[in-house]
Amino acid sequence: MPKLTIDGREIEVEAGATIIQAADLLGIEIPRFCYHERLAIAGNCRMCLVEVEKMPKPVASCAMPVGEGMVVKTNTPVVRKARQGVMEFLLLNHPLDCPICDQGGECDLQDQAMAYGADKGRCQEGKRAVPDKDYGPLVQTMMTRCIQCTRCVRFISEVAGTPVLGGLGRGEHLEITRYVGAAVSSELSGNLIDLCPVGALTNKPASYTYRSWELKKTESVDAMDALCASIRVDTRGNEVIRVLPRVNEDVNEEWLSDRSRFSVDGLKRQRLDRPYVRKDGKLVAVTWPEALAAIAAKLKGLDGSKIAAIAGDQADAEAMVAYKDLLAALGSASLDCRQDGAKLDPAVRASYLFNSTAAGIEQADALLIIGSNPRKENPVLNSRIRKRWQKGGFKVARIGHKGDLTYKYEHLGETAAVLKDLAEGKHPFFETLKNAAKPAIILGQGALTRADGAVILGLARKLADAAGLVKDGWNGFNVLHTAAARVGGLDLGFVPGNGGKDTDAIVAAAGKGDIQAVFLLGADEVEMGALGTAFVVYQGTHGDAGAHRADVILPGAAYTEKSATYVNLEGRAQQTRLAVFPPGEAKEDWRIVRALSDALGKPLAYDSLKGVRERLVKASPVFAAMGEVTPAAWGAGFGAEGSVSDDALVTNIDNFYMTDPISRASKTMAECTQAFGGGCTHKHKRTGTHG
Amino acid sequence: MLRDSDRIFTNLYGFHDWRLAGAKARGDWDGTKDILAKGRDWIIDEMKNSGLRGRGGAGFPTGVKWSFMPKTEGPRPHYLVINADEGEPGTCKDREMMRFDPHKLIEGALIASFAIGAHAAYIYIRGEFIREAEHLNYAIDEARAAGLLGKNACGSGWDCEVYVHRGAGAYICGEESALIESLEGKKGQPRLKPPFPAGVGLYGCPTTVNNVESIAVAPTILRRGAAWFAGLGKPNNTGTKVFCISGHVNTPCNVEEEMGIPLKDLIEKHAGGVRGGWDNLLAIIPGGSSVPMLNKQQCEEVTMDFDALRAMRSGLGTAAVIVMDKSTDLVRGIARLSKFYWHESCGQCTPCREGTGWMARMMARMAKGEAELSEIDLLEEISRQIEGHTICALGDAAAWPVQGLIRTFRPEMERRIKERLAKTRAA
Repeated sequence: MPKLTIDGREIEVEAGATIIQAADLLGIEIPRFCYHERLAIAGNCRMCLVEVEKMPKPVASCAMPVGEGMVVKTNTPVVRKARQGVMEFLLLNHPLDCPICDQGGECDLQDQAMAYGADKGRCQEGKRAVPDKDYGPLVQTMMTRCIQCTRCVRFISEVAGTPVLGGLGRGEHLEITRYVGAAVSSELSGNLIDLCPVGALTNKPASYTYRSWELKKTESVDAMDALCASIRVDTRGNEVIRVLPRVNEDVNEEWLSDRSRFSVDGLKRQRLDRPYVRKDGKLVAVTWPEALAAIAAKLKGLDGSKIAAIAGDQADAEAMVAYKDLLAALGSASLDCRQDGAKLDPAVRASYLFNSTAAGIEQADALLIIGSNPRKENPVLNSRIRKRWQKGGFKVARIGHKGDLTYKYEHLGETAAVLKDLAEGKHPFFETLKNAAKPAIILGQGALTRADGAVILGLARKLADAAGLVKDGWNGFNVLHTAAARVGGLDLGFVPGNGGKDTDAIVAAAGKGDIQAVFLLGADEVEMGALGTAFVVYQGTHGDAGAHRADVILPGAAYTEKSATYVNLEGRAQQTRLAVFPPGEAKEDWRIVRALSDALGKPLAYDSLKGVRERLVKASPVFAAMGEVTPAAWGAGFGAEGSVSDDALVTNIDNFYMTDPISRASKTMAECTQAFGGGCTHKHKRTGTHG
Repeated sequence: MLRDSDRIFTNLYGFHDWRLAGAKARGDWDGTKDILAKGRDWIIDEMKNSGLRGRGGAGFPTGVKWSFMPKTEGPRPHYLVINADEGEPGTCKDREMMRFDPHKLIEGALIASFAIGAHAAYIYIRGEFIREAEHLNYAIDEARAAGLLGKNACGSGWDCEVYVHRGAGAYICGEESALIESLEGKKGQPRLKPPFPAGVGLYGCPTTVNNVESIAVAPTILRRGAAWFAGLGKPNNTGTKVFCISGHVNTPCNVEEEMGIPLKDLIEKHAGGVRGGWDNLLAIIPGGSSVPMLNKQQCEEVTMDFDALRAMRSGLGTAAVIVMDKSTDLVRGIARLSKFYWHESCGQCTPCREGTGWMARMMARMAKGEAELSEIDLLEEISRQIEGHTICALGDAAAWPVQGLIRTFRPEMERRIKERLAKTRAA
């Protein structure tokens, strides 16, 4: 470990680290534009020049590896002069449009110009103008502002794995652009906006709607996919303006998927902002007491066995546990949080978790993906897999649809029969898994929601046991969820009790009239037409499928509008924070259930958030360890024996941009769907006229 | 004056056959096997003792450069890359060598490859050199057919292939790391150093990049001995060098001469003197467009070698002597060079990308006198802001001619501006 001195302070850092990294550790600030700790080093902005003793010229600290006994000075006249020179050059062709630039107030160039910029320009020549590019509906370009740092180029090729950007031309005419006239078709393209140190790439849907200093920042957790990334919700008044990722090394590093970032306009459209009751076939707006009374009237005298509840993909743990308790009080055991009918086994926790954890997947050395398209189901997690793949020595295979995952893999076949061979050790890839130090599999919801999902789960367990996926300090059995609510629901036991029915059975029974009242907690993916004449209470946020079918609508709060708990796919409990208030008369979801329980004459035992959270901890200790992964012990016996169908394994996501009521209501996501065709090619056959 | 018997490039003017038979008659490929048989260490030591300094412009000792390569071949192969992307304005020596003496280069490629442990040598040749590439390829085919290259080259037991790769005419691809990028099929942009090519070069493998002349003189040095080469020229600036004399001389030419020859002698003896006599001389750029110019008095004193020119705050560079007599519009000349560097900047790093354009535009105005007097200082300052702050040396190369002009001919720049101001006032 070389020891060096920076500005008179000694530090010992790992060999191979660069001067800027050492300075960062010491808290010595070195200005930079092109350097980013998660991207390859470019060394082209020259802003980070420092003086090193015995070196004739100032060196770029981002690219210079530390050496034993190096003496670095970051604040000498030579260094300041060099940086002032670079700043002058950068501003030479940069427009002075800060007052109308969306990056204004959070612009690296603006900030550094305060430190190193001159009070006026000395250049009498004209400024360069660069034609704007069309990067699609998400990223607004203003290429005249570009300072050619190439962060975007490096991100899109290295992290996103879709190398569609590059520099054309040379010298002053160097332009960052797409190679061909296509939009930036990455599921992570929004991160380009965060990475751009200037206002060349900005948030298109939110352009010209805010100044960064007007926004109130609330640190929260995403609920648009099962990773539950750490986010910051920026609001003005009672409006969510944008969502940005927060750094969380264990979960999302500092990336965020486009759906999580850009579907926020869906929070303002199609919202349920008051209760409704269906009268004479039409939904009529009513007051809260009227709505609750309508439910109470319908449920009066109804036997518990004729009542059921299904929770959707974004239901929070507090609301689910309240519903669970309410249904127990009503005498019903028919409740299910698996609205897609996935054959997940709630009895063995390790059977439905992403056990290796998101960060842990970077340690795996062999991976089998079964019936999943991680790129569409969880782009941020997929970028982790790509990151691992880039390091080399990582064998990836896939059973299911053959498509681009941004890394190379061996395609083993389309059907579950291949998995059967693997589980029986008859497939050559079995040896690869078995010989790997840290083998892993990823089991997608597409495989588990099929009729033979339980058998596939059983085969995956068999494979895990036979290939040694679970060993000391390592569990490579991973289920990739697509719903933020799922693991929380399974953990707290929002599943059929003794003699209770699961989703499929509830729908079937409702169709036959055996179940007469169904509560849908944000569940819109259920086959609404099959519910027959059942009395449907829909509690949720959007006028989506559930609301159309509902007899009573109870308006709830979206994830940005409440303090709620979600457990992500790793089994990590996290809480969102209230950033804005729910619209109109909508209420926090667990409070609605609490009020409903009063109206039904079965009051719940808690009437505060503290109380409901204590109840959650009682339901599962997972909810006590906030922010931490609660690991699960490996168990036997989950999954089923039997035969598998010959159907090809496909992902459960049809359109990456629209998976839930919020993104379906989003105009931005609709534009993306139009521009990128949903992105899941297996259902959209290419025709002869596609390029 | 260099004796004919000490000349290395005996067919520099193409009077003789450039093919294998002619080359052999001039002594090429003579005893190559014996040279290789003396081993790597002997070759590198001999090169070090000869004092040969790289002929591409920077003047780094060639033998020392070879010795930086790993001693034994690890899992990564070694490569020799020969820089034949001769693009420095005023320079045309490599062109003549490849056109008329390709076998010197190819034999040198074999010896250098052996010395650094490479089995493949790439000659990256400037795209515009079409005939030269044809000659090279023809000569390589001849050598291979004669068993001088390929498997068991010259019967030495060493396998060595030489490939010619044609560039696309970008000046920046003459920078060694940009050349490597371009050779790999990427956009020609210089790499950050460290790591240096000897550690991480072509395809990430240890690589030595040498100029055509440095490689082409190696066989003769090894045949005649380091002492012979070191005995020519001046201490630390040994041997012979091909000078390219162009501009306002009576007989522009390429000529091989001893290092350290007085500049005035070089021009008077080989180029027929300055047009209109020595007194008609205005300035000379002694080493290709990148180095600062010298005024007449400096030209009278200076000798043509690395150290003497360094002491004059100029440089030997590629030894391309550009002579300008009193009919020359110096400011316009340097403005043209600034435009060249603006055009050829790769655009990767900020000072060069933005600064070369600014300088070129200012120089264009200066040439017409359309500037303020204070802008001369500004121009000087901008050139200092570029110099030393860039990834590669193109920034320095763009800055130096301008600095040279201001240092040497500032009164002329001022005169022009004042004249224009006077005219404006009169109007």
